Amino acid sequence: MSDHRERMTLHDALATLHRARRADDFVITSMGAAREWMVLGAGPLDLPLVPSSMGTAPSIGLGLALAQPHRRIIVVNGDGAMLMNLGSLVSITAAAPANLTLILEDNSVYEVTGAQPTPGAAGARADGANVDFEAIARACGFRSVFRFGDAARWAQAVDEVLRAEGPTFVLLDVSPVPGAVGPKSPGPAAARALELRRRLTTGPA
Amino acid sequence: MFSGAEIAALFTSMGITHVVGIADSTLGQWHPALEQAPELQLIRVCREGEAWAVAAGLYLGGATPLVLIQCTGFFESGDSLRNILHDWKLPIFAVIGYRSFLNQSTLPGDTCLVFTEPVLDAWKLEYRLIKAPEQLEEIRAHYVACRDTGVPGVALVAEGKA
Repeated sequence: MSDHRERMTLHDALATLHRARRADDFVITSMGAAREWMVLGAGPLDLPLVPSSMGTAPSIGLGLALAQPHRRIIVVNGDGAMLMNLGSLVSITAAAPANLTLILEDNSVYEVTGAQPTPGAAGARADGANVDFEAIARACGFRSVFRFGDAARWAQAVDEVLRAEGPTFVLLDVSPVPGAVGPKSPGPAAARALELRRRLTTGPA
Repeated sequence: MFSGAEIAALFTSMGITHVVGIADSTLGQWHPALEQAPELQLIRVCREGEAWAVAAGLYLGGATPLVLIQCTGFFESGDSLRNILHDWKLPIFAVIGYRSFLNQSTLPGDTCLVFTEPVLDAWKLEYRLIKAPEQLEEIRAHYVACRDTGVPGVALVAEGKA
């Protein structure tokens, strides 16, 4: 079975979020999303998770959401990374922070290693069907679940999505970026962590 | 070796705000007391590698988390703790249960006894072995020393049979 999903570009998906996020939102991006987010311009409260342990971005977001309950925490993760830490969906809904939004950019491949299909992609599966992340999120108990493959509809809905009661799961079907490379670290990680903590703890939580 | 009430009181006195981890047959006995302690929040995760990342987010957000896992979960945690403790250099403290240290009747020859301390050394983690009830205060002392120098640390607590 082939994959005929409607897909937006990763750039369009993230540019929409970049326009819609508030200045006091905390945005964590991983892997390809981190690369593109830094091109769009990471703000002082953003965490491009580079270097990373692949799969941990949603878990870091969970901790931030619990520590900063009055701040919106937005995590942008890829499908390959999500598959490495599917249990985090259950951990998130167990704690159920209302201020956490997890956006899954599903391009169905490990993009930065040469676009090999993930085990969740139709072309790599014996049953020929994509793993349904939207259904997984609903089954795990996310309070709000959305899915978009069309850039215009995502742009139209993004404000409503970010206002929804969390934990919120957003599945964005995106196309792979041909020849994409991994993100480059924007600077020494330890110094960035110290500065982020200072910024987060000197303002209202 | 320690009651849940003793551990909850210890963590509270250390200023811990969140305990992140997974139960084993020893650590799980502490969970009810941890849940009842008004100044502690118990965060359950599905695998131990998650625990370090959740703790990282808590720490960045201004909280004072502690990771509470068994040594088997410490083995599972490798890449996550490498990134959190060594790349980002976050001073996360952990209490790790040392399976079968006090009693191997359930798992004779448990390889946890072979690998736990060498792997702690391999990850360059400062740890203290806690193997008797009178060492409870050593957990606090090690935590304070790690906190004051801004480095991660581990209290390795001996457990009985698996």
